Amino acid sequence: MDGPQDLGGKRNFGPINPEQDEPIFHAEWEKKVLGLTIASNGLGHWSIDEGRFARESLSPQQYYGLSYYEIWYEGVTALLKKHGELTDAELAVGKALQPGLRTDRKVTGEAMPKVLASGGPSERPQSSEPLFAVGQKVRTKLAHPAGHTRLPNYARDKIGVVQALRGVHVFPDTSAHGAGEQPQWLYTVEFDGAALWGADAEPGLSNTIDAWESYLDPA
Amino acid sequence: MKISDHHDHEHDNHLSDMDAKVRALQTILVEKGLVDPAAVDVVVETYEHRVGPRNGARVVAKAWVDPEFRAWLEKDASAAINSFGFEGRQGEHMYAVFNTPEQHNMVVCTLCSCYPWPVLGLPPVWYKSPPYRSRVVYEPRKVLGEFGVELPDSTKIKVWDSTAELRYLVIPMRPEGSDGLSEEELADLVTRDSMIGTGLALTPEQE
Repeated sequence: MDGPQDLGGKRNFGPINPEQDEPIFHAEWEKKVLGLTIASNGLGHWSIDEGRFARESLSPQQYYGLSYYEIWYEGVTALLKKHGELTDAELAVGKALQPGLRTDRKVTGEAMPKVLASGGPSERPQSSEPLFAVGQKVRTKLAHPAGHTRLPNYARDKIGVVQALRGVHVFPDTSAHGAGEQPQWLYTVEFDGAALWGADAEPGLSNTIDAWESYLDPA
Repeated sequence: MKISDHHDHEHDNHLSDMDAKVRALQTILVEKGLVDPAAVDVVVETYEHRVGPRNGARVVAKAWVDPEFRAWLEKDASAAINSFGFEGRQGEHMYAVFNTPEQHNMVVCTLCSCYPWPVLGLPPVWYKSPPYRSRVVYEPRKVLGEFGVELPDSTKIKVWDSTAELRYLVIPMRPEGSDGLSEEELADLVTRDSMIGTGLALTPEQE
């Protein structure tokens, strides 16, 4: 989706301004948002891709107007509501008005270290031959899907070279929408800076993206 | 603190409001039996105190002193990094990219905030914010300048956009004057930013 999250190449966001000796969190509530989000993910209602889609579906006004952990708060409440675990009425009064659905999937404090240490690998068994080989020229698709995609705007309809095959991975475009994992070969594709940015590229620049097979055509 | 102007440090404006909203959310989810508050505490404790850029620094220092480990890192970074016990969420599929005099590497996630948590911890605000995410893909030298880094004109720059679940760790060049230092001392020279590509490893004089 051409949402507010697709930032590569956009202008006028200003200087980077790295904060010296930046704390890991800037407020106590940020810690809780992180913890509540990861704990809620553990209920298994949604994939990481659906989670990302929830955050990038905020309006541009919200996305650019909120801090990072405010975006996460909006994301996790939207997901919990969508999956029937939370209502606006509950948020309004600040207490539970109906029982939780997946209480059997609650991640306990004892289980959480293992959840964090295992993560959520996206690689799947290889059941097909890859269509492309290292060194092959490819053209990325021209597409503006309404749903989730991980092909950024700046790298669409561009010619690059396959730099590496990365195995078969869950396809976010379907996984984000409850349409299954539909794993595909994943490639790292390298572009000459000028192929993406024309004369505006800094000299000596190259860019890479990680692209699923269906994002690519032979060139 | 808006995501678009984090440098203004306006977060205090939102603080009491967000504090109340998040407390309410936690209360509801705990009452409903969906969240164990102890699990929330484990997450915070893990990323506030246990997992951070010191992990990545140890990997880099070992790569500097041990050619066999460096080769392993090049071939199978996930396994090489797991050998330290660094593993899990947001580091399931690791790749190491090696800086040389000819090529400097920088990592970004233009679409969200993908970052190798097991080796670097949680990302800093600037990494997650629009200025870095929008600009580094077309003007990395200008961005480096804002971090106080200037590279020779002859050094090419490759910018890796983390669009999938692969997570990239930049292995900075070993600084001059670091001969004879122990692995532990070398790790002190490896900054977080040098492993994202927005910095260089410190020289022993800078440390």
